[in-house]
Amino acid sequence: MALICRNAFRHSQSMRKNILSNIKANSLAKRLIHFKFEPDSPPSNVGPTEKMNFLQALTNAMDISLQSDPTTIIFGEDVAFGGVFRCTVGLRKKYGSDRVFNTPLCEQGIVGFGIGAAVAGSTAVAEIQFADYIFPAFDQLVNEAAKYRYRSGGLFECGKLTVRTPCGAVGHGALYHSQTPEAYFAHTAGLKVVIPRSPIQAKGLLLSCIRDDNPCVFLEPKILYRSAEEEVPVGDYTLPLSKAEVLRKGTDVTLIGYGTQVHVLKEVAELAAVEGISCEVIDMVTILPWDVDTVCSSVAKTGRVVVSHESPITGGFAGEVAATIQKECFLNLEAPVERICGYDTPFPHVLEPFFMPDKWRCLQAVKNVVNY
Amino acid sequence: MGLHLKVTPHAAFNFAATLDAPCIFFCRNNGYAISTPVHEQYRGDGIAARGSGYGMITIRVDGNDILAVYNATRKARQIALDESRPVLIEAMTYRVGDHSTSDDSSTYRPDGELEHWKTDNPIARFTSYLMNERKCWTEEEETALKADCKKQVIEAFAAAEKRLKPSPSVVFTDVYDEMPPHLQRQQQQMREHITAHKQHYPLKRHEPL
Repeated sequence: MALICRNAFRHSQSMRKNILSNIKANSLAKRLIHFKFEPDSPPSNVGPTEKMNFLQALTNAMDISLQSDPTTIIFGEDVAFGGVFRCTVGLRKKYGSDRVFNTPLCEQGIVGFGIGAAVAGSTAVAEIQFADYIFPAFDQLVNEAAKYRYRSGGLFECGKLTVRTPCGAVGHGALYHSQTPEAYFAHTAGLKVVIPRSPIQAKGLLLSCIRDDNPCVFLEPKILYRSAEEEVPVGDYTLPLSKAEVLRKGTDVTLIGYGTQVHVLKEVAELAAVEGISCEVIDMVTILPWDVDTVCSSVAKTGRVVVSHESPITGGFAGEVAATIQKECFLNLEAPVERICGYDTPFPHVLEPFFMPDKWRCLQAVKNVVNY
Repeated sequence: MGLHLKVTPHAAFNFAATLDAPCIFFCRNNGYAISTPVHEQYRGDGIAARGSGYGMITIRVDGNDILAVYNATRKARQIALDESRPVLIEAMTYRVGDHSTSDDSSTYRPDGELEHWKTDNPIARFTSYLMNERKCWTEEEETALKADCKKQVIEAFAAAEKRLKPSPSVVFTDVYDEMPPHLQRQQQQMREHITAHKQHYPLKRHEPL
């Protein structure tokens, strides 16, 4: 009997090793990545830097918050052992189980607890393990967190709440491990919604969200966790919220995106340049409240726009951007605003390569607006 | 075990109890929600005690004893049907494997914890029962069965790998009972785009557009 069990156990262990080595051999991660990450140069005047991936930059930001603010607490499902994505590795050991701790598996409870902790004076950093599973907490975020200040006429608020959550396509996530729910939260006055594209942003924006006096939903494109690596400032470092970033100057077409899609658009700009089209690339960075001025100044110059995100097109944030552009820049427009987004379907599994707003779909849209 | 802590089961339990639904809630208490052990998920020794709080007949059973689980479930079915009321079964067990292929449970499982469960698990115990108590099963038969099962799995894998993946057009089906016009348009746009950019898509591995 025992022999059979040992064999079964050994077998499963060896299968596991095989699977892991196959993954390494196939370089699965690389094969599935639909974009090219190019590191940014670290900002000047921010002191020493260190090479960090997206994960390490997040851990570093939380570490700084725990160190600099004795009221900071980090909590969520599985965060105590370092998190399923390893974002909180070492923090419990360093700051103790009173400040970095597991919660029961209940998203509504995690956000509800976070709101209470923030109202009572803690800096609350909650982790929802996947953005796809944030919906049980939707009521807490939309009806409680977002409206706390408004309904009390400014007497009470839960601004010290930040909800971190991994989102976006990874190549094999399918229906429940691929979604980016930014549009649902963009419809919620009182929340701030932020999506970083790089380790530098991950650190600077997370610290800003943690310190911002409004509840923030911080969406982390999880495909970048290990695939994106660059020199990140090691000191206390923040980046402004609600400030878009012009990553590439251009004169013919403005390409607008956020998170992973920014990297797709940067590559599209390179491909377009080969064909003689000059693209300006804008990372929106913050979805709510968003930086209308930077976007519209660019469009006033180029007159042509492609807005792109992974989530479905109908009701997606690109619609809001397009509507604002047509109002603000109507006389500057040379072509209708193009939206290249996910289709209006659930996120598919093996058909993901056909669903994605990839560089070929975006490049075609660039040509369309130029040839309109 | 994690699902129990979500809001959904509470609503389901209460609805079933108040509406006298003849159903069985089968809860497998395997000790973990990914890395989080049950003592960080709830107080008390399990969820059986909660069943009576909802007004449900509740059975706790040794989840590693196949015959006990069978008998408990049979009794629960009888109660549910005869009395038109819900029954909660809590089957106590242990998650021997990792949570998923991306999980490495050695990073959070206490040393030695796994050892005990290598013998106290449903397959080992039922095999032992058949071999040692009933004497109707032998090591040879067990080895042959395992080899046969392994072969079937490998053959199924091999057969599946030979099949093409579905057509990219399938992205748009089964979203609604009938495909609405906007999805028909998007499907057409996808077809045109992929046809014009064939070289960039893994079409060989899929059924035709």
